[in-house]
Amino acid sequence: MFRYILRRLLQMVLAFFGTTLIVYALTFAGQGDPIQALAGERPVTPAQRAYLTEKYHLDATGVGGFFYRYFDYVKNLLQGNLGESLTGRNIGDILQQAWPVTVRLALIALAVAIIFGVTAGVLAGIRRASIFDNSTLVLTLLVLGIPTIVLAPLAQYLLGVKWQLFPPTAGSDPTFYALLLPGIVLGSLSLATALRLTRASVAENLRADYVRTARSKGLVKRRIVIVHVLRNSLIPVVTFLGVELGNLMSGAIITEGVFNIPGVGFNLFRGIRTEDGPLVVGIVSVLVVVYLVSNLVVDVLYAVLDPRIRYE
Amino acid sequence: MTINPTPASATPEGGHLLELRDLHVEFRTNEGVARVINGVSYHLDAGETLAVLGESGSGKSVTAQAIMGILDTPPAFVRSGQILYQGEDLLTRSEEQRRQVRGKEIAMIFQDALSALNPVFPVGWQIGETLRQRAGMSRADARRRAIELMDLVKIPGAAKRIGDYPHQFSGGMRQRVMIAMALALDPKVLIADEPTTALDVTVQAQIMDLLADLRRELNMAMILITHDLGVVAGVADRIAVMYAGRIVEHADVRSLYKAPAHPYTKGLLESIPRLDVRGQELSTIKGLPPNLMRIPSGCPFHPRCPYVQQVCVDEVPHDLVLGDGRTSACHFAQEVRDDSVAR
Repeated sequence: MFRYILRRLLQMVLAFFGTTLIVYALTFAGQGDPIQALAGERPVTPAQRAYLTEKYHLDATGVGGFFYRYFDYVKNLLQGNLGESLTGRNIGDILQQAWPVTVRLALIALAVAIIFGVTAGVLAGIRRASIFDNSTLVLTLLVLGIPTIVLAPLAQYLLGVKWQLFPPTAGSDPTFYALLLPGIVLGSLSLATALRLTRASVAENLRADYVRTARSKGLVKRRIVIVHVLRNSLIPVVTFLGVELGNLMSGAIITEGVFNIPGVGFNLFRGIRTEDGPLVVGIVSVLVVVYLVSNLVVDVLYAVLDPRIRYE
Repeated sequence: MTINPTPASATPEGGHLLELRDLHVEFRTNEGVARVINGVSYHLDAGETLAVLGESGSGKSVTAQAIMGILDTPPAFVRSGQILYQGEDLLTRSEEQRRQVRGKEIAMIFQDALSALNPVFPVGWQIGETLRQRAGMSRADARRRAIELMDLVKIPGAAKRIGDYPHQFSGGMRQRVMIAMALALDPKVLIADEPTTALDVTVQAQIMDLLADLRRELNMAMILITHDLGVVAGVADRIAVMYAGRIVEHADVRSLYKAPAHPYTKGLLESIPRLDVRGQELSTIKGLPPNLMRIPSGCPFHPRCPYVQQVCVDEVPHDLVLGDGRTSACHFAQEVRDDSVAR
């Protein structure tokens, strides 16, 4: 197990450099005149141009110049310096402000998925083909079918504006209550998937041979379901939720955008919209790390939950 | 149903440890109703071994699961009949009462121990669970007893292996774990549902020997369900042969092997490869077992039977008593047996 984790960590280093290189290239390699992009519509004086060329090492051109700047970027990155956005703000500071909001939102979404998705999934799996089961299937199909770009404004309009049950937008430094509706919207997708996964897993495990054995041992039905069936059924669900937490932590561009939540996704979207290359690359680099780490944690968790899985 | 359910060797009321009377089980599915058990009657006395023989789909496992009360309902429904255990009909008992019988009075082991054991719990925990939940033992006592049981079924280094998971055992050792678990509460009846089918031939023999030894030591009665005639010979006292959800022949082992009195049994025995007859094509039973949703009229075996006459198509054969406690559900039982002897 230790050797496996070590190997995975080494692979993560490679994956990290690979992805940042690609993101860096996609953002900057095709850029015609980065200095003009920085200045936007305004004209750039020769003195400014010379200063910026010096500052960003833009004198080196072509592939060589690109790698020169990339390694420059990586060098700073390894020192924990994510650089500055085009607006002149420190990207590290931006993330420091945005991340706690995103984490809170992610935890609310995950809690929604676990409390409602897993519970309903277990019940639906036990009462297969019942009215409850069929209605959850239809509802989850609906949720999975409606894109967030529709669901989020709809929930905002109905629950936030029309019936005024929740604040329609969150704003800076949002409260738990303000994050609840966006959290539910964001979590509904994970909820639907978690529900279906749990249902299928419980239904399958209820038919497993070891359940027949447990019954022939004369155990009470409650214990068979709670101890034997759930312990097995929840293995794929827990791993799914782990991956999902990684996804949620990397921010929700649409949900944060619609509800005006100053989280990671919100900032990333702003970076993309304003063609703020350094901001996009900075955020994505950190997201890559979050994603790689959460995936490793999930894989290790999987081995802990299922004794049949052994990593060499 | 015109089959006479009373076996020839029936002793007075309640005299048997376990007795099935005219059991009918059907599976209600979307495609229709499959009549899986059609009037099965057999009995088991204390300390004896009854082999229930038949091919896949003949209803032997379903019968066993009906005895245990672990049929999946739906789709399976016990339509009629009685399952008498120590003279009391289990089918009239409440689910809670039946649960008390499971494991403690009648225990069962299954074909594939790898899937029959829970993959995520250590074997010692799984054996101990029965003791903790059913006998109210403490964790430490259950653990100690689990080691004893694993020793009893001859798992080497039991104390060391108690924390291992099912997948860490070989097939034979896993089946021993199953057996240890079934024996935890000292049951009076052990139902072994194809206990050796998933195992290597050499391991099969070891497990059968172990089962026979344990049955004798612990003075249990055993129902051995199998499709393997070779497995039966050394272990069983009596054999009940099943076909299409009925017992077609019922006899003690010796006379059944010597002279089968049902064409199906005869076919089964003839399809065993023999080392002493060279250069002959292996004889087989032609055709396939019937679809249980459309069981043939009359004798269900008639489409495959070499002895078939018009009467077989028209009339369901009664159990014909042949003496020595033998019965055969064949219109021509006498002829078949005489044929077999002549051979």
